[in-house]
Amino acid sequence: MSRTITTSDKKPMPRPDVIGGHTLSMYVNNQPGVLMRVCQVFARRAYNIDSLVVSQGRDPRFSRLTLGISGDPAGLDQIIKQCAKLIDVIHCTEHTPGDAVVRDMVLVKVHIENGEQRTEVLQIIEHFGGKTVDLSETSMIARIEGNSEKVDAAIRLLSNYEIIETVRTGKVVMARGESAT
Amino acid sequence: MKKQEIDGAQALIQTLDDLGIEYIFGYSGGAALPIFDALETVKSKIKFILTRHEQGATHMADGYARATGKPAVVLVTSGPGAGNTITGIMTAQMDSVPMIIITGQQVTWMLGKDAFQEADIFGITIPVVKHNYLVRNTNDLPRIAREAFHIATTGRPGPVLVDVPKNVSQSPFTGDLDAEIDLPGYHPEESLEIEAAPVEEAARLIATSTRPLILAGHGAMIAGAEKELMKLATTLGCPVTSTLLGKGVFPETHDLSLGMLGMHGTAYANKAICECDLIINIGSRFDDRIIGQADKFGANAKIIHMDIDPSEMNKMIRPDVQIIGDAKEALKLLLKHIKPLDTKEWTSHLDGYKKKYPLHYKKQGGLRMQQVLDELFEVTEGKAIVTTDVGQHQMWAAQFYRNDESWKWISSGGAGTMGFGFPAAIGAQFACPDDVVVAVAGDGGFQMTLCELATAVVNKLPVIILVLNNHYLGMVRQWQELFFDNRESGVDLDGNPDFAKLAEAYGAKGLTIKRPADVRKRLEEAMELRKDGPVLINAECIKTENVFPMIPAGAALEDMLIEPPKYKMAKPVGST
Repeated sequence: MSRTITTSDKKPMPRPDVIGGHTLSMYVNNQPGVLMRVCQVFARRAYNIDSLVVSQGRDPRFSRLTLGISGDPAGLDQIIKQCAKLIDVIHCTEHTPGDAVVRDMVLVKVHIENGEQRTEVLQIIEHFGGKTVDLSETSMIARIEGNSEKVDAAIRLLSNYEIIETVRTGKVVMARGESAT
Repeated sequence: MKKQEIDGAQALIQTLDDLGIEYIFGYSGGAALPIFDALETVKSKIKFILTRHEQGATHMADGYARATGKPAVVLVTSGPGAGNTITGIMTAQMDSVPMIIITGQQVTWMLGKDAFQEADIFGITIPVVKHNYLVRNTNDLPRIAREAFHIATTGRPGPVLVDVPKNVSQSPFTGDLDAEIDLPGYHPEESLEIEAAPVEEAARLIATSTRPLILAGHGAMIAGAEKELMKLATTLGCPVTSTLLGKGVFPETHDLSLGMLGMHGTAYANKAICECDLIINIGSRFDDRIIGQADKFGANAKIIHMDIDPSEMNKMIRPDVQIIGDAKEALKLLLKHIKPLDTKEWTSHLDGYKKKYPLHYKKQGGLRMQQVLDELFEVTEGKAIVTTDVGQHQMWAAQFYRNDESWKWISSGGAGTMGFGFPAAIGAQFACPDDVVVAVAGDGGFQMTLCELATAVVNKLPVIILVLNNHYLGMVRQWQELFFDNRESGVDLDGNPDFAKLAEAYGAKGLTIKRPADVRKRLEEAMELRKDGPVLINAECIKTENVFPMIPAGAALEDMLIEPPKYKMAKPVGST
């Protein structure tokens, strides 16, 4: 059976709902099944999870979830409360770029035809403060990080070349100053 | 019992006994064998009731909880046993009923391998429980049982499921039987700390109101706020309407009571919502069956919403004042800030509606469910615990069986579960052996859980089962008549058995009512016969009666139909 869906995104479709979408940060019990509970809250209210980052907290009993979500803004307040109501959720907060630092990272694999193209692609990567993390005769992998808009812009420019595939971490946030995330 | 000598199942049963669990309703099976064995080997006060279907077990635990406020335990096996509990768990979750469901499970190393009677009941039930567990370590059992009990019974109550793999329950227990709960994300104690500012704001709104209305819900009952509610209503001279699940939290025979509001509520309660200038909602979640068209609900009123669950705020209705917390504590605080109001004009206006639009029914032209329920109210002096299924009989029971006390009206509200009433009555009768318990069921719903006749007979329960039998799924037929040009589809229950004979076959008493004149006599007979065990009354009612008043789903309360419409109705667009 052949796979009809390719994982390469040669022609990336813009997702305007991701940019400017809402970012939630949750602190949850680090146990099997917790993610299922959280995801069901969003699915039921027809919210899409655009990005999701889960990792163990400093205290290994807990995990930090960062979700980029899109859906009806009118239901957001209630969805936050419904998440907070889950027994396994310690707290759930919405963050905006104003009150939190947002970081996103992408690995982009670009096909390279010749030396001229390689130079151009390297210039773009350098402009965005990225790094080349793999290089072969016909391809290179770039790592670019920053806020989501910056990562989007880099991918847009690299789309002028043949992108073989991209892998993106999804955004992570941390509240600015002394505030807790 | 030394902890070294017991297994996980015994530790579990021991903990449930320590928690004061009185009844376990359930059905045995392979994966639950160690737990069933522990019921025999552990010396405890717990009584186990074998049901005839797992759904029945859940509704019995539900009925027990709604009659007492205390949880019961459901114990079933894995796979289909666990699967059969879903409807009952959902029913409890929708109506905030505490319940602990323990399911047997395949051994841990077979999970995810399609083993015999394996079902991912943890995953399946996530959307219908307050919380659930899949226990992986034997020594965790007492802590998890304590957490389940704590979560089920505090804050906004609800069902908690504990899935116990067979190897976990039968392995030696070497842990601490008194292990403490550890729930860093759950703080129900915060609901007792009421913020002062919104309460003071509510008091200011109340002080300027001339047409106030209290809307009392299930939350007021769960909080035990009856006294405070009465004080508030009588101090203000404020009329009170209640939700279906709030029936009894304020006495329905009180002068200030307007009865139930909503889709099939009283005309005067719904008119009061339309005309009042202030709604004081105490522990109701503004269900879609109450509010109809949301943007027109209480359009002329300021709204105060008290709820223990912050996620209910702004869900259906945007209140002017939000008071988050326990209803009893919130009312205690509010009572410090209020003074009597002059509401004479308002209450006499509503009394006018009571006279003009009373609940009524015809006594000629065959037997009507309303008459049976009206006379049941009289024969039992309004003191019985009444359980219902869902449908026409439920709405008429809510209208005509006026409740003066909390915990005596047990009906599936949010979930609208057919087959709920009879097993719930069994659970309530176990909880309150000295009370008259009447299961009011339709012929459709009764047939969904009638196998529990055996459970009632074996335990010699003096429960009365009142089957209001119109040989139809009456509420659906009513909608088809009103909104689908009277095209009947899937509603004719041709093939009903003779329910009285069926009851006799199980060893219960069976009676039949066919004529309006016989209602009183048969009900009184049942009250006598129940002393020897369950009595079923089959009341043969006319098919064509409809429930009024009625607010078509999603319509505004002001568009209530008080009488059958004389024009063709548009199909309702809102809700179901």
